[in-house]
Amino acid sequence: MSRPSFIYVTYINSTPERVWQALTDPAFTRKYWFNHRNASDWKVGSEWRHEEHDDASVVDIVGRVVESSPPRHLVLTWASPKDAKDPAKVSRVTFDIETYGDGVRLTVMHSELEPESAMLSGISRGWPLVLSSLKTFLETGEPLPGTSKSKTRPPE
Amino acid sequence: MDAVFKALADASRRQLLDRLHAENGQTLGELCKGLDMTRQAVTKHLAILEGANLVVARRRGREKLHYINPVPINEIAERWIGKYERHRLKALGELKRALEGSDE
Repeated sequence: MSRPSFIYVTYINSTPERVWQALTDPAFTRKYWFNHRNASDWKVGSEWRHEEHDDASVVDIVGRVVESSPPRHLVLTWASPKDAKDPAKVSRVTFDIETYGDGVRLTVMHSELEPESAMLSGISRGWPLVLSSLKTFLETGEPLPGTSKSKTRPPE
Repeated sequence: MDAVFKALADASRRQLLDRLHAENGQTLGELCKGLDMTRQAVTKHLAILEGANLVVARRRGREKLHYINPVPINEIAERWIGKYERHRLKALGELKRALEGSDE
């Protein structure tokens, strides 16, 4: 088994249930995750898709739900739609949501990434931004500036 | 946020972060290789970085692997960077890197 490639940790002044909802509920993700939704029933074995909130034909990431224990633990496979059948290009994301003091410690581990890949460079820029935006959104009700609009469309 | 600034205000600790940025998930032994620091000093610096949530350690069997966690740095950056500046700053950062030929 390969070493995990990236681990991101953020402490959020919130509850595990709210953090789980923020990761899985389109009404939440659209606010802070570049107007995207994570579409799935979140049952083990089900598909999930990271897609444009307002246009489900624009799918950026696909995968399967490997483990799911709301609101604490979620494991997904993760790939570009074009690479979904190539095991070398399918990575794995683990979310752990733990109570920490009065808040929550959210750990995102992205592992089994293809070395030197566009996915690797993309997620290493993307996760810190998405997670800071998630934290800000849950703590203040507002996302970080610039994270509520789709990045796949030209800026207005 | 104070802990992050304190942790970053030391060249040795920034060097450790640079090494994890270049290769994530290293053991203490791997991190010490080629460094002009004692193992004890590296251990101490890593504890400060962990305390600031800039490094996350994970056990894997008998090994303890260290990962850089850039989320707190992003939180600091986002505090003062508005949505319009970000693209310009990114372009400026890329221009600087291209001209200087390094990541510094």
